[in-house]
Amino acid sequence: MSGMVEKRGLGIWLTHLGLIIGIAIICFPIYMAFVASTVTQPEIARPPMPLIPGPHLIDNYTAALTRGVNSPVLLMLFNSSVMALGITIGKIVISIISAYAIVYFRFPFRMAFFWMIFLTLMLPVEVRIVPTYEVVAGFGMLNSYTGLILPLVASATATFLFRQFFLTVPDELIEAARVDGAGPVRFFLDILLPMSRTNIAALFVILFIYGWNQYLWPLLITTKPEMNTIVMGIKQMFPSGDDIANWPVIMATTLLAMLPPVAVVIFMQGLFVKGLVESEK
Amino acid sequence: MAKIGFSNVRKSYGPTEVIHGVDAEIADGELIVIVGPSGCGKSTLLRMVAGLETITAGEIRIGDRVVNDLEPRERDIAMVFQNYALYPHMSVFDNMAYGLKIAGVPKAEIAERVAQAAKMLELEPYLDRKPRQLSGGQRQRVAMGRAIVRKPSVFLFDEPLSNLDAKLRVQMRVEIKTLQRRLGVTSLYVTHDQVEAMTMADRIIVMNGGNAEQVGTPLAVYHKPATVFVGGFIGSPPMNFLQAARLQASGLLRKVAEVGGAAGALNTVGVRPEHLAFCSEGEAVLSGKLMIAEALGAETLAHVELDDGERMIVRIEGGREVPAAGARVHLSCTSEHLHYFGADGKRLPD
Repeated sequence: MSGMVEKRGLGIWLTHLGLIIGIAIICFPIYMAFVASTVTQPEIARPPMPLIPGPHLIDNYTAALTRGVNSPVLLMLFNSSVMALGITIGKIVISIISAYAIVYFRFPFRMAFFWMIFLTLMLPVEVRIVPTYEVVAGFGMLNSYTGLILPLVASATATFLFRQFFLTVPDELIEAARVDGAGPVRFFLDILLPMSRTNIAALFVILFIYGWNQYLWPLLITTKPEMNTIVMGIKQMFPSGDDIANWPVIMATTLLAMLPPVAVVIFMQGLFVKGLVESEK
Repeated sequence: MAKIGFSNVRKSYGPTEVIHGVDAEIADGELIVIVGPSGCGKSTLLRMVAGLETITAGEIRIGDRVVNDLEPRERDIAMVFQNYALYPHMSVFDNMAYGLKIAGVPKAEIAERVAQAAKMLELEPYLDRKPRQLSGGQRQRVAMGRAIVRKPSVFLFDEPLSNLDAKLRVQMRVEIKTLQRRLGVTSLYVTHDQVEAMTMADRIIVMNGGNAEQVGTPLAVYHKPATVFVGGFIGSPPMNFLQAARLQASGLLRKVAEVGGAAGALNTVGVRPEHLAFCSEGEAVLSGKLMIAEALGAETLAHVELDDGERMIVRIEGGREVPAAGARVHLSCTSEHLHYFGADGKRLPD
């Protein structure tokens, strides 16, 4: 271990060079997208592609945000936010409550319910997408926020995570709360919930990105452009047949689509890391 | 303030009975220590008083009420847990105030009661801190504070000192005892440490295998152990035991008609380490080889292996000269210091 830390001379330059090349490989496409979002359509179409940002940044982004191709990006961003937040908050609320029930209450078929929830881990959205579509369509929830959110809300992963956390909470704590006079609801709200806040933050980040990046489901159930979410909306911007793609606007949209998840990660990073590595005892 | 009564209290987990009928009466303001080896049911008994375990059979009374079917919060008790069980996300103040807050006590009164308890426990500088920022001893005090502010009629302590280091334990032992005296609240205190039991208790309940083997004052339990188990458990180092038949020839045994395995007959003789002494071969009751001598300063504990292989511990004053390890030694004692037990392990009448 100490050898790794104290390495000096050529080695350190080589490792840094390796890291820099790695970062460049990851970042170059994003840079290309950025460049493409600052030039005009003919400039992109004519090889070689420009590598220096052009002067049309504001024009392109304004065009994307206000007009877009099928619907304004601002609207798609809003739709995506509603869906991502709905999925995130819904998943956290439902899974923390079901984990509470499973860990702290003795009821018939408790373990059967737990395993049923656990089994759904093996059935991601894509596997059950046809029957789910049937159900959502039957309820008339196509082209609605409810239809976008509801089928994705049940979460075995989050339930499992909260269950594991609750199992580490010492029994004496609930006993102390009982002696103090706290009933089940008070114990949950006053003690368990505040103790889970780092776990909630970590889940919030993971689930927000999961919700934001949903592609197949929104593609299937939103047919009206004004209900498009941004991740699937980008695909919808591609022209069919021989139409010319408006690449600067599409690239601007792509970069805009990246911003909210990045912001969530940056702002919640502290809590996120804490939630994954430490449990407060 | 309240009396506590146990009548024929039993506890079973499925078909396994772990407490086999405990009877005891605890007077108002008394500090009772329940002591026993691990797995003897002492914590279970305490948790039954707290309402954290159901009572399978029998009756527990607090004050004039039978509490069998009451929720913990309705029993007017406060409990201090072994690992303190402080709420990790709450400040010291909030930890102490939580029970009162739930009970709907007005804010001003909560603040006053917490301040009072904090002063009593010297916790005033720490009221804003979180439990993880406190040392073990301070957490222990917060747990005590949480119990005190509720002004319950019964305190329950579940091995509260076993997570502290030895020095702090001795200090907290005295503090808890002093505090309990001052507040005059009836207390049940569970421990496996017989020194804690001896030093703190008004009366001790010695438990073994789900039975209360003896209930009595510390000195009564020490001087007149009701069973072989109590004799061996209370007192450090423990009482020495010998088959009575071995002493028959010595002329030490008195007033006992029969020696042997029959009911009511004398079977085992116990003698405390401090009641054995080294002597010359002529006066010897027992003889053997000195295995090792542990010099503790104020006293020396000599481990002697008798000729038939049984081990005895002899406690002698620190200043006395001790034979060298491996030397042949002779032991004497007087008949009034012998404890007589029957084949069933019960003490025989003197």
